Amino acid sequence: MSIELKNITKQFGGVSAVNDVSFTVADGQLVALLGPSGCGKTTVLRMISGLEMPTAGEILVRGKRVNDVPVQKRNIGFVFQGYALFKSMSVADNIAFGLLIKKWAKADRDARVAELIELLGLKDLAKRFPHQLSGGQRQRVALARALAPKPDVLLLDEPFAAVDAKIRQELREMLVNLHHELNVTTIFVTHDQEEAMEVSNRIVVFDKGRLAQIGTPREVYEEPASEFVARFIGVMNVLDCEVREGVARCGELEFPTHGVADGQRLRIGFRPYAVQVSNDLMAYRHFAVLRHTYFLGVLLRLELEFPSGLIIRARMSKEEYARLNLTEGRKISLQIRQYRVLAREGELLPPEVSVTHHLGPSPGDGI
Amino acid sequence: MAEKRYRVLPGFGLTMGFTLFYLSVLVLVPIGGLFLRTFSLSWADFWRLATTDRALAAYQLTFGASLAAAVINAVFGTLLAWVLVRYDFPGRRFIDALVDFPFALPTAVAGLTLANLFSANGWLGQFLVPLGIKGAFTPLGVVIALTFVGMPFVVRTLQPVLEHLDRDVEEAAATLGAGRLRTFVSVIAPTLLPPVMTGFALAFARAIGEYGSVVFISGNLPMKTEIAPYLIVIRLEEYDYTGAMALAVVLLVISFALLGVINVLEQWANRFSR
Amino acid sequence: MAGIPKPKLNAGQRKSQRGTEEAPFVKWLLITVALLFSLVFLLLPLVNVFAQAFAKGFTVYWDALKHPDTIAAMKLTLLVTVICMPLNVLFGLAAAWAITKFEFRGKSLLVTLIDLPFSVSPVVAGLMFVVLFGLQGYFGEWLADREIRIIFAVPGIVLATLFVTFPFVARELIPIMQAAGSDQEQSALTLGANGWQTFWYVTLPSVKMGLLYGTILCIARCVGEFGAVSVVSGHITGKTDTVPLHVEKLYNEYQGAAAFAVASILALGALLTLGLKTWLEWREAKLETLAQQAEQAITQ
Repeated sequence: MSIELKNITKQFGGVSAVNDVSFTVADGQLVALLGPSGCGKTTVLRMISGLEMPTAGEILVRGKRVNDVPVQKRNIGFVFQGYALFKSMSVADNIAFGLLIKKWAKADRDARVAELIELLGLKDLAKRFPHQLSGGQRQRVALARALAPKPDVLLLDEPFAAVDAKIRQELREMLVNLHHELNVTTIFVTHDQEEAMEVSNRIVVFDKGRLAQIGTPREVYEEPASEFVARFIGVMNVLDCEVREGVARCGELEFPTHGVADGQRLRIGFRPYAVQVSNDLMAYRHFAVLRHTYFLGVLLRLELEFPSGLIIRARMSKEEYARLNLTEGRKISLQIRQYRVLAREGELLPPEVSVTHHLGPSPGDGI
Repeated sequence: MAEKRYRVLPGFGLTMGFTLFYLSVLVLVPIGGLFLRTFSLSWADFWRLATTDRALAAYQLTFGASLAAAVINAVFGTLLAWVLVRYDFPGRRFIDALVDFPFALPTAVAGLTLANLFSANGWLGQFLVPLGIKGAFTPLGVVIALTFVGMPFVVRTLQPVLEHLDRDVEEAAATLGAGRLRTFVSVIAPTLLPPVMTGFALAFARAIGEYGSVVFISGNLPMKTEIAPYLIVIRLEEYDYTGAMALAVVLLVISFALLGVINVLEQWANRFSR
Repeated sequence: MAGIPKPKLNAGQRKSQRGTEEAPFVKWLLITVALLFSLVFLLLPLVNVFAQAFAKGFTVYWDALKHPDTIAAMKLTLLVTVICMPLNVLFGLAAAWAITKFEFRGKSLLVTLIDLPFSVSPVVAGLMFVVLFGLQGYFGEWLADREIRIIFAVPGIVLATLFVTFPFVARELIPIMQAAGSDQEQSALTLGANGWQTFWYVTLPSVKMGLLYGTILCIARCVGEFGAVSVVSGHITGKTDTVPLHVEKLYNEYQGAAAFAVASILALGALLTLGLKTWLEWREAKLETLAQQAEQAITQ
């Protein structure tokens, strides 16, 4: 079921919550709406469901305008942030509710409920009531209830926000597996970039009610369309540079630029993984001192200080760190393999202008 | 409404319409009618009717007795709530359940039984009357009846606050060397003040308008034990509608003022409990 | 929290707080004073009703109850209650739905309006209807021409009772539905339910205890209302006397024992109300503990 949003705007009492947002979700995709709280992503989800009406713009499902189709007729499955399970009904009755409304025959209903109970591993819980369930179990019931009437689209509002870290991981994997199995178009809202990267195959990033970027997790991470996206997703070094003789300079660092006039100021960003470090001082052009090492698990984060006082962050594996025989306070040489021009004179650049520049060997693996 | 809002849940028009219709028929039209009728009097006439000697005596008794009853309830209600929440003793649950009895008991029955209890040969009167404490047919009787009907207010507004009171704060005070009385006065009491005041105001408002329980015990002697609502009834029985309406408007205005005070107090109390 | 759930500290917790307890002397003094106060203002008035009712023996008691005037009063009270209760339940549900499920201007004014009967003297309430429908009232002549009696007749009693009792159901439901939010209802909508289905299957079951409690309070007040009804009834024995008015009449006619006999029925009703309320609270508290235990068992 493909979904298209065309120039959607939503105002609450004169304040714009969503501003001129357009994007398309192809059939069978698993899409994350990502952004900080208050960026309008939940409002977008609720407009797709029919729980809110756009102030302007069109919502198309399979090419047909659905603005005036009430929520009941849109055949969506919605999972609420607080689950919104029916407190007075058992797990089985919760799951059966949508089927009852759609007047399924009793036998079909029972079969479908049993199927979902099996699918979501709720076997021993069918007769329980919501207050007798843990957070993770409630979430699974909410999912089962939403999926039972075979919706065309599954919409989830911050589905994993209310459970603890361990359960959250399980539920994420479960959602991915469910999506593989059922192949139902799924859109979920999250403020957690890690969650969006891990679960979805497309990410729609929002910033203050506007669309900031759409892309695969890799695109959004490696080719952020703006400084906002770059900073919101993962860690990025962002430097304020001035162009002199065709080269953007910030402290000791230099970034070749094409066709930018001298005297222009640019904001240039690069990921910590793009910083290549060597203990051989002859290896690269730039020198810095390893100020601090943070142990994050398999990966380490390094804080590097240039003689001018400029500090950047780098990232490497434990093995690499050991191989290079690094210690805090040691002098190293470095180069930046990949960087992006994020903005020019404080303005955001349109995505096609902000091309990723590669230097030397191609980007390393993953983060 | 400036902007037409989209309401996803249905039924706003139906339920709102019914609510407003119901309130109009039962509240707005009757109150409006009463005020309108009274406004047809000249101010001088209104003032004369509302401030006859007998009316002034009735107000005085109504307010005096209501105030006394509310104060008694504030003191003993606080104590009762404290004891019910903090201590365990035989019969605690029974007393707790019984606190709502004055709400549940029809006021006529309350008046009847209280009048009997405090009469010269009643269970309490037989001991009190020889001591010179006459409950029945005296202003004291009015206070007794109003104390009874107003009792649950303070207890029931205070109880939840006491139950959710953070014990840590008291323990902190204890670790800082504060004695129990000191802790109560400077740590607990300030938190309890808003709900006690709310309960006090509720009990006072209820007492001002109370009729059923009082008429049985007070004897309704003009200028002595006659409360304002009873005087309204007398005026009505004399077919003196305007006299009754003037008194009623005075009581209504006071009710509205008290309602405003109670709203403010409740907001205050809510702010505290957050 | 709607008055119903009232979680209590359990006894164990109570005892473990030794460090911040009063001296035993103070504690027992406070308990004694509280008990004395409860004795005089709660227990004695209650017991006295029944003691006086049976003071002249069971025959007098029974005769008072089965007297035709008493029976007539009971029938009238029943009639009034049967009319008022469903109307107030309907109003309570409608008002609570409108107030808790939607945002609109003037909401707090509306809530205050619903609270109004609690602070208006019942006598004034009765008078307002006399001013509207009495002989000298706005519609008095019009009604008299058509021989419709409202004041000093059953319709007036119903109106006065409605005024005094309409807030009870709404007051119970509003906080419960406010706390529950409207997620469950929205959820039902996404599953295809229409408004009635949502209300019937989702909203109503989740507020049924509050609704029951509000209805009980409403009934208790319908049966027991005195002041407002007294003003509009006209006190026609056997015709417009409700049970409380009948009690007053008996008392004024110096039939003390009979008055108490009839009053004892009302007191019994009050006790029943209290019993139901206590049971509902107990049930709610028990459900809450069960839920907590279940949650703990799951997280462990």
